[in-house]
Amino acid sequence: MRIKDQWNEQRIFSSRTFAALLIIGLLSCALVVKLVYLQIIRHDYYLELSQGNRVRQDPIPASRGLILDRRGRVLVDNEPAFQLELIREQVPDLNDTLQRLAGIGLINREDIDPLRRIIHSRRSFDSVPIRLRLTDEEIGRFAVHRHEFQGVDLRPRQTRHYPYGELAVHALGYVAALSVDDLDRIDKPGYAGTTLIGKLGVESSYETQLHGLNGYQQILVNAQGRSVKFQGAYQPDLKAEAPVAGKDLVLALDLPTQRAAEEALGEHRGAIVAIDPSDGDVLALVSHPGFDPSLFSRGLTRSEYAALTNNEDKPLLNRALRGAYPSGSTIKPMMALAGLTYHIVDPERREFCNGSFHLPGSSHLYREGKGGKHGAVNLVDAVARSCDVYFYNLASQLGVDRIAAFAGQFGIGSLTGIDISGEKPGLLPTPEWKKQAFKRPQDQVWFPGETVNFGVGQGYLLVTPLQLAHMAATLAERGRSFQPHLVMGVRDASGRIVRNAPTPAPGATGISDDAWALVLKGMIGATTYGTAAAISKDARYTIAGKTGTAQVFSVAQNAKYNAKTVAERLRDHAWFIAFAPAEAPRIAVCVLVENGGFGASAAAPIARRVLDAYLLDGPATGPPALTPPGNPP
Amino acid sequence: MITDDTRESAAKRTFSATARLLSALKLDGPLLVGLGLLAVYALIVQFSASGQSVDTILRTLMRIGLGTLAMIALAHSSPNFLRSLAPWLYGAGIAMLLVVDAVGIVGKGAQRWLDLGLVRFQPSEIMKLAVPMLAASFMHERRLPPDWRSLLMLAAIVLIPSALVAMQPDLGTAVLIFATGGLVVLMAGLQWQVIAGLCFAGIGAAAVGWNFLHDYQRQRIRIFLDPQSDPLGSGYHIIQSQIAIGSGGLFGKGWMNGSQAQLDFLPERSTDFIFAVIGEEFGLLGLIVLLLLYLFIVSRAVFLATQASGTFARLLGSSLALTFFVYVFINAGMVSGLVPVVGVPLPLISYGGTSVVTLLAGFGILMGLYSHRKLVNS
Repeated sequence: MRIKDQWNEQRIFSSRTFAALLIIGLLSCALVVKLVYLQIIRHDYYLELSQGNRVRQDPIPASRGLILDRRGRVLVDNEPAFQLELIREQVPDLNDTLQRLAGIGLINREDIDPLRRIIHSRRSFDSVPIRLRLTDEEIGRFAVHRHEFQGVDLRPRQTRHYPYGELAVHALGYVAALSVDDLDRIDKPGYAGTTLIGKLGVESSYETQLHGLNGYQQILVNAQGRSVKFQGAYQPDLKAEAPVAGKDLVLALDLPTQRAAEEALGEHRGAIVAIDPSDGDVLALVSHPGFDPSLFSRGLTRSEYAALTNNEDKPLLNRALRGAYPSGSTIKPMMALAGLTYHIVDPERREFCNGSFHLPGSSHLYREGKGGKHGAVNLVDAVARSCDVYFYNLASQLGVDRIAAFAGQFGIGSLTGIDISGEKPGLLPTPEWKKQAFKRPQDQVWFPGETVNFGVGQGYLLVTPLQLAHMAATLAERGRSFQPHLVMGVRDASGRIVRNAPTPAPGATGISDDAWALVLKGMIGATTYGTAAAISKDARYTIAGKTGTAQVFSVAQNAKYNAKTVAERLRDHAWFIAFAPAEAPRIAVCVLVENGGFGASAAAPIARRVLDAYLLDGPATGPPALTPPGNPP
Repeated sequence: MITDDTRESAAKRTFSATARLLSALKLDGPLLVGLGLLAVYALIVQFSASGQSVDTILRTLMRIGLGTLAMIALAHSSPNFLRSLAPWLYGAGIAMLLVVDAVGIVGKGAQRWLDLGLVRFQPSEIMKLAVPMLAASFMHERRLPPDWRSLLMLAAIVLIPSALVAMQPDLGTAVLIFATGGLVVLMAGLQWQVIAGLCFAGIGAAAVGWNFLHDYQRQRIRIFLDPQSDPLGSGYHIIQSQIAIGSGGLFGKGWMNGSQAQLDFLPERSTDFIFAVIGEEFGLLGLIVLLLLYLFIVSRAVFLATQASGTFARLLGSSLALTFFVYVFINAGMVSGLVPVVGVPLPLISYGGTSVVTLLAGFGILMGLYSHRKLVNS
């Protein structure tokens, strides 16, 4: 054994001990820094994570508001139904689960991809509906296989019920399962637990009011996801918030009138809009063909949806708001008012109608729409008998600018502002519009002949049935006008009904009382001795009306137009606008029958049935149940 | 005044009586106080972490009792006895490790326990004491710092048991065994240049060794580097323990009121991850108190080692003292995300295992080395 240098060893050992203590100090500091980072700097972040771990919010969906007609009759309500729901974080293999669900016929194979996208766009612990409204047989089938589907369960939920089926579907709209697009748009936590969202009509435009506010109940869960009562030795405070039910909407719609309108239109394609001219209440809104809204709330298969979208009758198109057609002669009362206001016509002077009109210096003949000659007609007769030649002349004297400005006052070419979305403005043609709309310079010129056609509602002019109903209401109120609205008010949770104040629209001004009286006389004439004389038979009230026939395509010069020989689809569209009682109007109506032929024969009788339904069966005044704002009952 | 005097003298008498008792038992008072406080801390935390299980507390008390007996017994052993015991303990330990590994290979799975009928124990725990004892005893007869031939021998003493334990596989214990032996070598004055060289060699070996690691071990390293890469799988442990610690904040959520711990989100909460329970329920303050307690124990232990006489005593003592800190740092570091997850318990706080007994035995040795210092000097 070698001699050991005790002193040297002691020195080495001391220096190493010192180094070791230094390293211990440094490592301890590193540890404390890390702990300070976790516990002080990022404390809030981790506290939230731990809270998210232990507390789960169980949503309590608010019950969706009902939709009632103007007298409180239920048009849309809720009913309980079982639906299949899936919680992503509890499913071992999402793909496999969906495939196997398709295997036992509970979902469609073609829906798997869209479903997966929807499931992934929700939070992993949300219960996502994958199949709505199961039949009893399907419930039984799932119950048998339940144990094979971890994370999938049946849940009783409220679903939408439309007791009258297709009735007023284009006004009411429908609800459908939340789509990926909806999820981007909405407030996700607010919709946790909500299955259905409004997609069209009132259901969509009043979504916020109908939906209400979802509530929630916090539950304490352990790592296995099971609900537990105690956290260690303590029972924590858990929050809960009751849902606030959606508001019940009271529509201006009158159920018997709506029903009468739909029955009167029958199997025709077309649209009917009825408005209370005194406040803009939409009493009926029909677009036919329609569809069954409950198809959407139960979940449509792709093929069912394709069948709806590919149908050439376009059942999903809301013709009342979005269908744009030439107005035909329905604008003649408005033209007559323009002529009187600009002093173009002398109401007493009779013009001679020999069946055709031509502009000075032009050989082009503008024919009387239905052929024939009216002989000598004054303004009232021209309106009542719908004399095209009179209005060709009037229009060419007024000029396009004055016609367009005047028509604009009646809402032609602009949105009426109805309270459901999707409305189209139609087209009010002007020389400026033509400059922008056409590419070739030779097409950008406004021809005098186009003004002539404008006078009888042909040419470029396009209107929607809603716009014409709005125009009829404005005529009924002698220029006073209101924005049409489907929703009249709300019935809140306590049952109190609050009526919205009507919203005035600009309306038509600067028209003399004499002018109004003359045109009213013409319109009453139309339903008594004029084009639509047949509809006043046995009427217990006076109707002011105007027929219209909109050409689907231009008839060649000198060719005789025969409605029976062209294909049904190429037949003229039939229009009729009216208001009644003429002395104190309570309803203004517009009827469009696509390819119906002549307005007088196809559209006017339908309008009569709508007027009868509202004026004869309904009460003489507005619904007594409704309380105007500020006037407690 | 008279009463104060009597009280003072009574206190003095009690104090000196205690000192005499401790001296007779060859125990160190301050170190014993530190360990006692730590044991109380352990019982409080374990009661919460086990879900208020009295059974757990009783078993821990039993282990502490067993460890205390081992501590007293070893405190009485002289350095010379320990030195002569070292080769035998080491040899027996290696033999048992071979048996355990063989059984493990036959049984095709992890094998750490040796079942001796009545008692099951981990031979790897013995090596935590045997390795530094043999290494220190080897250097006792040689010049410090070690030359390259001594170094080769020391490497064999340290690496053979470390490798055998790593093969079980028990990376955590292997790391600790390596640390105890390595610390002897470091304290023996291994030149800094050699240390640096070995570090580089170690990095190179690690790259090669990667291929020999078990899949779950590689996975642990990968997850350490990026816990979020597998939040529901292997990363789950570390993510949940960081949530537990972070959500505790400065003051903690209160005893038995940690949601991460009490609702099972924290895995292995009464064993390897008990540090996170403390962080959640007692906050940063609770952790700092614990760290200060640990640092007190380590510094007292280091002090005892520096006072010991003889190369063997100083090397063994300082290795045992510093290994205790390695324990603390690896566990606290892995639970808070500072180092990879290797299965190292928090010393004297984590529930279960033979580690309580081994640790207390180690402190017994340390106290014995200190109390025998004069005998050697004279």
